[in-house]
Amino acid sequence: MLKLLVRCMKPFALSVCAVIALLFVQAQTELALPDYMSDIVNTGLQSSGITEGVPMVMRRESYDKYLLFASEEEQALLESSYEVLSQQEASAEQIADYPLLTKSDLYRLKDVEASTYEQLEAWMPQVGLMVMSLDAVQMQPTLPATVQNDALVQLLEQLPEGMNLYEFLALLPASTRLDMRAQLETQLQSMGASTMDTAASTYVKAEYESIGMDTDAMQNEYILLSGLKMLGMSLLSVGCAVLVGLLASRIAAGVGKQLRGDVFKKVESFSSAEFNRFSTASLITRNINDIQQVQLVIVMLIRIVIYAPIIGVGALLKVLNSGADMTWIIALVLVVILGLIMTIFMVAMPKFKIAQKLVDRLNLVMREFLDGMSVIRAFNTQRHEEEKFDQANRDITKTNLFINRTMGAMMPIMMLVMNSVALLIIWVGGHQIDAGTMQIGDIMAFIQYTMQIIMAFLMISMVAIMLPRAAVSGERVAEVLDCELSIQDPDQPHSFDSAKRGEIEFRHVSFRYPGAQEDVLHDLNFTIQPGATTAFIGSTGSGKSTLINLVPRFYDASEGAVFVDGVDVRKVKQSELRDKIGYVPQKGVLFSGTIASNLRYAKADADETQMRQACDIAQASEFIEAKEDRFDTAIAQGGTNVSGGQKQRLSIARAVIKQPEIYIFDDSFSALDFKTDARLRKELNDLIKETKATVLLVAQRISSIMHAETIVVLDQGNVVGIGTHDELMKQCEVYREIAYSQLTKEELSHE
Amino acid sequence: MSNEHKQPQRRMGHGPMGHGPMGRGAHEKAKDFKGTMRSLFAYMKPYYVKIMLAMSFAIIGTIFMIVGPKISGKATTALAEGFMAKVSGQGGIDFAYILQIIYFMLVLYTASALFSFVQHFTMSTVTQRTAYELRQRIAAKINRMPFSYFDTNSHGDILSRVSNDVDTLAQSLNQSLNTLITGTVNIIGFLVMMLSISWEMTLIAFVSVPLSLIMVLFIVKRSQTYFVQQQRFLGDVNGHIEEMYSAHTVMKAFNGEAESIAQFEEHNNALYRVGWKSQFLSGLMQPLTGFVGNIGYVCVCLLGGYLAAAGRITIGDIQAFIQYVRNFNQPITQMAQVMNLLQSTAAAAERVFEFLDEKEEIKESDQPIEIYDASGNCKLKGQVTFENVRFGYTSDKIIIHDFSMYIKAGQKIAIVGPTGAGKTTIVKLLMRFYELNSGAIYIDGIKTTDLRRSDLRSLFGMVLQDAWLFHGTIMENLRYGKLNASDEAVMQAADAAYVDHFIRTLEHGYDTEINEDSNNISQGQKQLLTIARAFLADPKILILDEATSSVDTRTEVLIQKGMNKLMENRTSFVIAHRLSTIRDADLILVMKDGDIVEAGSHEALMADNGFYTQLYNSQFEEV
Repeated sequence: MLKLLVRCMKPFALSVCAVIALLFVQAQTELALPDYMSDIVNTGLQSSGITEGVPMVMRRESYDKYLLFASEEEQALLESSYEVLSQQEASAEQIADYPLLTKSDLYRLKDVEASTYEQLEAWMPQVGLMVMSLDAVQMQPTLPATVQNDALVQLLEQLPEGMNLYEFLALLPASTRLDMRAQLETQLQSMGASTMDTAASTYVKAEYESIGMDTDAMQNEYILLSGLKMLGMSLLSVGCAVLVGLLASRIAAGVGKQLRGDVFKKVESFSSAEFNRFSTASLITRNINDIQQVQLVIVMLIRIVIYAPIIGVGALLKVLNSGADMTWIIALVLVVILGLIMTIFMVAMPKFKIAQKLVDRLNLVMREFLDGMSVIRAFNTQRHEEEKFDQANRDITKTNLFINRTMGAMMPIMMLVMNSVALLIIWVGGHQIDAGTMQIGDIMAFIQYTMQIIMAFLMISMVAIMLPRAAVSGERVAEVLDCELSIQDPDQPHSFDSAKRGEIEFRHVSFRYPGAQEDVLHDLNFTIQPGATTAFIGSTGSGKSTLINLVPRFYDASEGAVFVDGVDVRKVKQSELRDKIGYVPQKGVLFSGTIASNLRYAKADADETQMRQACDIAQASEFIEAKEDRFDTAIAQGGTNVSGGQKQRLSIARAVIKQPEIYIFDDSFSALDFKTDARLRKELNDLIKETKATVLLVAQRISSIMHAETIVVLDQGNVVGIGTHDELMKQCEVYREIAYSQLTKEELSHE
Repeated sequence: MSNEHKQPQRRMGHGPMGHGPMGRGAHEKAKDFKGTMRSLFAYMKPYYVKIMLAMSFAIIGTIFMIVGPKISGKATTALAEGFMAKVSGQGGIDFAYILQIIYFMLVLYTASALFSFVQHFTMSTVTQRTAYELRQRIAAKINRMPFSYFDTNSHGDILSRVSNDVDTLAQSLNQSLNTLITGTVNIIGFLVMMLSISWEMTLIAFVSVPLSLIMVLFIVKRSQTYFVQQQRFLGDVNGHIEEMYSAHTVMKAFNGEAESIAQFEEHNNALYRVGWKSQFLSGLMQPLTGFVGNIGYVCVCLLGGYLAAAGRITIGDIQAFIQYVRNFNQPITQMAQVMNLLQSTAAAAERVFEFLDEKEEIKESDQPIEIYDASGNCKLKGQVTFENVRFGYTSDKIIIHDFSMYIKAGQKIAIVGPTGAGKTTIVKLLMRFYELNSGAIYIDGIKTTDLRRSDLRSLFGMVLQDAWLFHGTIMENLRYGKLNASDEAVMQAADAAYVDHFIRTLEHGYDTEINEDSNNISQGQKQLLTIARAFLADPKILILDEATSSVDTRTEVLIQKGMNKLMENRTSFVIAHRLSTIRDADLILVMKDGDIVEAGSHEALMADNGFYTQLYNSQFEEV
């Protein structure tokens, strides 16, 4: 299977690489989507879309509070980075943005360089947080639990009644204030970085609100922006998916087309030996259904089996990178899911195979039931048959039920696992949030990643169910492609002896079917002269059909050689050999098309006169003339719209129209009634005499062959007599037996 | 009949192999969808209680699943609020409350899983039982069908109904019923939950639904065109493969390889051109609806942010709502797929019901005449009378016009004539495989229609051209003539048919298995076995239909010997091609174009110098 896949995917290597690359992009975008969602929830919804800890604009009093807790360096930085928007000079536009400007001056962040901004970011959020705490203290003079601070406690104790906290702080020496800040900073550290960020932005938001800025608009803008980014990502992802779909369908259809073509070409080069080995029905199934299976698996491989690990590993990396200490949850999930899938597979897989066998069994019983209907009704054994069918039916139902129930259990269990994992993440994540190492949005993203990992595994397991059957199909296809041809054209083909026309010689020919225990033909030695009819007769299994099949090289002799016109048939091109032969099979074989197209199958340029002549000889004219469209009468596939006898006559006409050197009739008169048979033989005989053709004829009925120039009697693969009817009647015991079994003495001497 | 049935691989009856990626899909449509579905549901009446049970379990399980996000949203809200409280320095996360929610959810999810499992369990029971019964019914139906049905319908077609159609029915029914129930509940449930959170957001979310619907419809429509084309080209490819493989030797003999391959390439290329398009289009559905879903998602976030800022909903609510929005498209796409699935369910069901509704054999007589006495001995001798028999396989084409004949018990009757003259028809009528158009057939003066079919047929023994053996031992195959026969009786019958010796030379003797294709013994031996079977059945009337024509002439001698012995003291009908074998018949019926043109002994007929003489002499015509 694997070899086959590699072989048939080779021409598409470039496309496959492109698909893998696209899948990588798709996986990345798919994985980025939860990030944007988490942004929307974290920042957009929770922090109102405000991410910064450094205010863009602030009131003078806030500016002063920053100054209060800043070192000298930081003070200088602050002063150089902010500019004053004065109340008097405010433009209408500025007032619209910052409504407070109508009442007081504001400080606005200048367009500073990134490095400067980083310096500001290093301390301003902390100070902002401090100020926020102090503001809270200012409002209600009890200390919140989070700001248990010795310096602050002292400070509050010293605070004179009725005095503003900040006024008092301003009176203290700068070093005291900085000490306080340092103490608070160490405390804030324990809150965790993510909490601090959120908290700082909360302070900034409060500041904006007091300036009268439209924070809702800012929030909406943020969400919209993130949303657009997300949609962009999503669009990229869709684009990749569509491209992958395009490439995947082209690859799958291409592989299917190529395989179908390869198998078909290979089978067309098969000889009868290979056909016997595989059986016609099996070759058809391989060429149609098995290749469809392979094609299906290729689509699955591309879309799921390659994608699943890419997204699974990607999600895993994201989880690991998120820094959250929840990797063990992923490990747990993997163990549980894998365990579950394996268990279900171990339980259900063997049953799948059994089910397939039981379906075959059910079909067999049904087929026998249908084929033997008249016998069954004649023997009144309907009940018995129904019971037999019931047994097969019960078996398959039981197995199917088991499989369906097991598979039915899989989905709910998987859902339960997924949901439980989500709950586990909420619980563990809650504690991480408490410790300040995670934000709520992260939890949601984390849940999404975990789901993606689980889904990846689920997908692979779904494909795994289909894989065994596809593997069998793949093997069956590969078997055909790898089959060595038993009959091939020689590298340096000889040409026929042009002096000879229709001479056939068997030289020590033995034949054994592949894998058989015994030879079908033993050491045959004889020469067939042109311009005469040579008939072969013998009981079933005597090897007469096998013998004549060696001439057009449907099989090759196991030992010895067959010579046509002085050359070993294995030394000439098959097509040249067969050009000499007009072959008529036992059962008339026609192709879909018209009567004319079937006749022209032997001779593409045959005109109507030639067709009519051939049909006259083959006794086919009468029924053709009776048809409305005559030679243009449509022939259905398999020739199902003409009778067996008509098919045989058309097959004969087809051989006649070719005017070959050698005619081969493989029991070709069996479906004809005696009268037609007799008339046809007479016409043929005339033709042969006229064209000096060689005729090989196999027949069951002695009456069909008794007038042949030479009769070869075969018994269990040996020639037991050669001669005319009269000679054989005298000399050959086997021939006599056959003759007497068919005709009475009186009939035999009828002439 | 649907397109699929015209496809060659179905006709061949390959069993359930034909389910490729192209094998089924939207093209498979029932002629009468509504009617078929109605009769299907009527058919499933005995399972209504179970289906109701499964449905209610599905509903409960789904509701639990739906409520899930809303409740887990509460946990998120609690987390968020606790977090904010912590940030502003006022309290922290209430873990006790969250744990409570988690426990509750765990119970909910477990219960939901259980309900869902019970639902699947019940539904697979229902569908598999239905499949079982349908198969059983088809099998029983086959026995009640008149032979004429099988003249016009291939075995492959019936086989395909038993295996492919019933399987498709069971599988798609199971899947579509489950999806239909959970899908509907999901859609309603999601809607309710979404409305309960915020009607404004629900409205926004719905903007995306018609968009994805339009998308789905567009794609389905486009891909369907390609699908139909693909099916057609696939049919061409398959047809060509079948045809060329079946005619392989002839193709080889006439050097047709190059032409055949060229034609194949043409079909194959055409298939490829539409094949990938159809596959590509059907694969587009998922990513595109996913994208539309994302648009809805962003809109919801925007509105949610606004509402949250306005303090009208909580973060947890938004989170829950987002989950609902993301899941809302899923049941819609699923339902669209189910509609397709239901189409193939209906198509399969239609074919099965079509078969089950076919006309059956004419009912047995109300008061059948008993032909066996109390101890089980047959009261009849085997005298047969045909009286003005008129028959045609179809009423507009009468084959036998007016046939009357009196046959004494124990006589040997030969029926001869060219192919298609209606020889076999006479014996089929005799055994009442077909009903007469008019006239009557009597056995010992009793009209055959006054007998039970089984009683009538028990009078006959048959040896046909195609020896019918089944997969089983030789003993089982022989015993088929009389199911309650002892081993000794079977062996005696085999001995009488000159086949006992042959059987004993086999490695496993009477226990030798006949393989599936019954080709591990020769045609001649098979024929001898069927003769032994007829011996065992010990019938009053014997029918030998071209019993030796596919056997080589030397084996025929043996078979002839067996048959002659079998015919002793029985009325026998012999149909033969080879006139030499029936020269000693008491009566030869010469048929031509459905009519008996001559009747009499060989000598009498030869003396008449009519059609029979012509026929007889044609065997030995000088070539």
